Amino acid sequence: MAEVVLKSVEKQYPNGFKAVHGIDLEIKDGEFMVFVGPSGCAKSTTLRMVAGLEDITGGEIWIGDKCVNEVQPKDRGIAMVFQNYALYPHMTAYNNMAFGLQMSKTPKNIIDQRVREAAKHLEIEDLLDRKPKEMSGGQRQRVALGRALVRKPDVFLFDEPLSNLDAKLRVSMRVRIQELHEMLKAEGVPATMIYVTHDQVEAMTMGDRITVLNAGRIMQVDTPMNLYRKPENLFVAGFIGAPSMNLVDGEIVEMGGKVFVSIPGGVLPLPEEKAEKVRSHVGKKIKFGLRPEDIIANEVHEGGEGFVTGSVRVVEQMGNEEFIYFNAAGTQFIARVNPEQVKNIRKGEDYRFWFNLAKCHMFDLETEENLTL
Amino acid sequence: MKGKKYEGLLYITPWLIGLVVFTAFPFFASLFFSFTDYNLMSSPNFVGIDNYKTMFQTELFWKSFGITMSYVFITVPMKLAFALFIAYILNFKLKAVNFFRTAYYMPSILGGSVAVAVLWRFLFADTGLVNMILALFGVDSISWLGNPDYAIFTISLLRVWQFGSPMVIFLAALKNVPESLYEAARIDGASKVKTFIRVTLPMITPVLFFNFIMQLVQAFQEFNGPYIITGGGPLNSTYLFPLYIYDNAFRYFRMGYSSALSWFLFVVIMVFTLLAFKSEKHWVHYTEVE
Ligand SMILES: Nc1ncnc2c1ncn2[C@@H]1O[C@H](COP(=O)(O)OP(=O)(O)OP(=O)(O)O)[C@@H](O)[C@H]1O
Ligand SMILES: [Mg+2]
Repeated sequence: MAEVVLKSVEKQYPNGFKAVHGIDLEIKDGEFMVFVGPSGCAKSTTLRMVAGLEDITGGEIWIGDKCVNEVQPKDRGIAMVFQNYALYPHMTAYNNMAFGLQMSKTPKNIIDQRVREAAKHLEIEDLLDRKPKEMSGGQRQRVALGRALVRKPDVFLFDEPLSNLDAKLRVSMRVRIQELHEMLKAEGVPATMIYVTHDQVEAMTMGDRITVLNAGRIMQVDTPMNLYRKPENLFVAGFIGAPSMNLVDGEIVEMGGKVFVSIPGGVLPLPEEKAEKVRSHVGKKIKFGLRPEDIIANEVHEGGEGFVTGSVRVVEQMGNEEFIYFNAAGTQFIARVNPEQVKNIRKGEDYRFWFNLAKCHMFDLETEENLTL
Repeated sequence: MKGKKYEGLLYITPWLIGLVVFTAFPFFASLFFSFTDYNLMSSPNFVGIDNYKTMFQTELFWKSFGITMSYVFITVPMKLAFALFIAYILNFKLKAVNFFRTAYYMPSILGGSVAVAVLWRFLFADTGLVNMILALFGVDSISWLGNPDYAIFTISLLRVWQFGSPMVIFLAALKNVPESLYEAARIDGASKVKTFIRVTLPMITPVLFFNFIMQLVQAFQEFNGPYIITGGGPLNSTYLFPLYIYDNAFRYFRMGYSSALSWFLFVVIMVFTLLAFKSEKHWVHYTEVE
């Protein structure tokens, strides 16, 4: 049971490269926090600083009521699960799990009890005598999880633990980790979990909150839903969501007291609520953003204004939904539609696409901040 | 296709000739001679297993064999430990690590040469450099080569000093131990020593095994060092088995007897190697490294 607090944490590697530029973050006790961001954005670096595997070159990290800057990894009350499992290849699953407890001179019977308990939770009781090379990737990762579990840590640290597994296994392990989190909570020993991933689905489904990182800086910390609906800046808008948000160049214009946004393929009237937010930007260029599901294809919408005419390039049928890639004035958009509602969209033809502007986002070009929040 | 086949054979001919002339032929010839009284002058007469019988009844044979065994059991563990220790240190991210690697490897290149054995003799002479340095610390001069109790140790030291090649192999193995295992061990709270014993050492057992066999085989055959430095003395205290073989062959011209000795040594090395391979499954961990 511990909250994890990062205060202006910085990391400069010995070669002079500055990977982390002052991170402030409060992770609540028992929270499931996900770090997400593109490759090289310092997710691992940040996690490893919490673990104590990397020195901190600026700021402070607090776990519980202790500043852990100078505390050894073993004394931080953490456990870590690595991407490549990092199991000791010459030890059995049992010994892999027991090793840490042996090092802290835990009595044998307690070690045995804890290992078997963890093995039961993770359904690896049959594997305890096997060595890592005699196990599948998923089994190895469960043993690695077991190794973390037996330490009864306050904080679990995961560094892309599932990315070496195939898609199906990944889903089941994801659920297993979430169940573990719930189980510990139910048992009255909630554990804080910090989970690094570059997989959107993992981030969105697992996190109580998500920290979006880019180039060693925090872009936004929020719940999955808020990140999706209210991205604070251009980066988060483009990063969260798959397929990603349509982001095109636009300009705010005022005609006859009404505010419009001019984008490739059309000049669209903004609803009052949005207009208010961007009135100060009239005459300025902005980035216009709209999620694919907020573009409505031809048939369902009758008349009115606020549409773009585009020619359909590709239709991707996913079964439960369709992605329509279309071109308007040389700019590509993507719409996500329900195949029940939109039946006969054909490649190569022109259609009207209505933009649900109540859901649109507009970003300042310089600060990249969302003007419409 | 057929032409290609012969062409291939052509390429390996030099090696093939070497193998036949310098390895295979002497190998079988010595087996044959070991059952004869061949003495280089007259043609060999078949004497059955007389040579082998004589051998086991000769006191010097047993003495020499005993010295070889103690030499092997002093030298091999010491050399491996030393090589591993230096490799472990060189594996740290030190500055100028390349310089040290070269420096430590040098003795292995020089070590086999006669010149260095001669140098060794001077270093450890009664008035040699080693004693001079010890004198600086007020230690009385030690008769490194004159005292039968120390001489074998001094000879061993020459071998141990040539730890370069096992060291380089250890170093490569140490580099192959994944960093994440050390990180896992740090989180598990293992001390440096515990990490070395419980993680590093098991991880490099395949290479430890390889080095052990190589050193074992070499140590049993050591000749140059004792021949040049002590000539087997004092009081035969460094009279290693290969010296005994050499003396019989080239001083007394007892080729038949000396062949039998060689075959005895061969069998001994064979037995130890087989024992090592038998023990392998109990302590050598072959692991895939991700
Ligand atoms: N030991 C190091 N020395 C110097 N630079 C490093 C070191 N380790 C990482 N970096 C750099 O720091 C930055 C952040 O690396 P980090 O491994 O934290 O990224 P990441 O977000 O985990 O990426 P990925 O998703 O690819 O794992 C990268 O630009 C990387 O090149
Ligand atoms: Mg990483």
